Amino acid sequence: MTHVSRPNAEPLRIDPGAVEEAAKLLYIRACKILPDDIKQGFARLDADETDGTAKAILATMIENIGVAERMDNLLCQDTGIPIFNVLIGRNIALDGWDLKAAIARGTARATREAPLRSSVVHPITRKNEHTSCGERVPVINIDFTDRDRELRLEMIPKGSGSENGSFLQMLIPADGLAAVKRFVVDRVMQAGGKVCPPTIVGVGIGGTSDLCMHLAKMAATRPLGSRCADAEGAKLEAELSDAVNGLGIGPQGLGGDGTSFAVHVETAATHITMNPVAVNIQCHSARRASATFTPDGIVVGF
Amino acid sequence: MADHVLNTPVSEADIRALRVGDRVTLQSTLFGIRDATQIHMFDHGRRTKFDLRGHAVIHTAPNLRKVEPSPEHPAGYAPVCVGTTTSDRMERFTRPLMEREGVRIIIGKGGLREESLRAFAELGGCYLAVVGGAAALETTWIEQLEDVDLDDLNPESLYKFRIRDFGPLLVAMDSHGGSLYTEVNAKVAARRQAVLEKLGAAEGARP
Repeated sequence: MTHVSRPNAEPLRIDPGAVEEAAKLLYIRACKILPDDIKQGFARLDADETDGTAKAILATMIENIGVAERMDNLLCQDTGIPIFNVLIGRNIALDGWDLKAAIARGTARATREAPLRSSVVHPITRKNEHTSCGERVPVINIDFTDRDRELRLEMIPKGSGSENGSFLQMLIPADGLAAVKRFVVDRVMQAGGKVCPPTIVGVGIGGTSDLCMHLAKMAATRPLGSRCADAEGAKLEAELSDAVNGLGIGPQGLGGDGTSFAVHVETAATHITMNPVAVNIQCHSARRASATFTPDGIVVGF
Repeated sequence: MADHVLNTPVSEADIRALRVGDRVTLQSTLFGIRDATQIHMFDHGRRTKFDLRGHAVIHTAPNLRKVEPSPEHPAGYAPVCVGTTTSDRMERFTRPLMEREGVRIIIGKGGLREESLRAFAELGGCYLAVVGGAAALETTWIEQLEDVDLDDLNPESLYKFRIRDFGPLLVAMDSHGGSLYTEVNAKVAARRQAVLEKLGAAEGARP
């Protein structure tokens, strides 16, 4: 095999053992340490909040972040459904089957060794294997990037209270963008306090039904401060963030200004007959952790 | 907006004294209960060995570490992280919890609905809101996991916790028909039209 662009660069070989260790570490770390952008999001909402009850609730949430770090404990009891995003750069050598198995082994070990509550059951029998694993879980999303000899492993323990706030509607072109906006506002109202606000509201627009839902998940789990790459999507993010925070749902649905840290939008091209919109919500315990594999080693972050 | 300290079990009079907006700190005992626990108790007819009369239950399924039973951990579990789950899923169990088991206090997040509010008024119960997702802090209010029942449902077993200074919790639904959720929902619904108009997305707007 000839690498035309980099004839002398050795591919970065990904060791399944290192992936297993990283998966275990990331699951535990994500459950304990909130990313800096989310902490800053709390500071911003707290500074802007005018409602007394909402202020007290935000103060408790901020206190909890400190308690979790000081006591090396979990931020939230819900260990979620484990999701791993694998972003594979160029010039990487790995065995995909080994990678999937390594992620599952790391997840099961985190569950046993931390220990974490296994929140994963068979969908029909409701049997819990106490490994946080099961058929098609951990959820593994694989994508490719243009980064040379870099593989990024992202871990998201997706809490169920907010995941139950997931909605899809196959709108039609005649419904227009107005119906898309209305759908987002109405679903945020429907979710109310059940999704543990303040939230990140993830909105998917376009694609197929399954892609649209996936876009909403990508949007909900993106760092605060990041913007939709599509200019129209980015414009909607600002409008919808302003809109949902005008509703007065507030932290925990008990009233106040801070309903959402942000509304994030992700878009995909769609069919001439289709106008799909999806909402997926991330709770205030917007947990993430990542490991970046490069020839220089592995860097752990958010 | 009064502050109360309640030792469980409580009386009906204790509950009737609470009004939405009050703050409550609980002492002594708290039971942990969840979806599967209540599905098995009320849909599958299983009974618990615990006497829940006058007690408080919290919508939870904790993270636990299995240990040898000892005076410190009599149930064979050390609590690692005890938090609160969304209550709305368990709405239909409020009345049977109160009628059959005598529960008077439900602690959760996100609130319950109209039927629970009616049960609280008729039977003398209330809903206390804890801050969801603040489990590390909540765990510091738990002294011990004293006992466990229906443990084949782990982690959704029925747990008996010894607690100290559990709270402050917010009285979000009281026994007089008051509900902060109903109040907030009404305010939110009243704002919807203006929010949609600002977006250019009110019903009837040209798409």
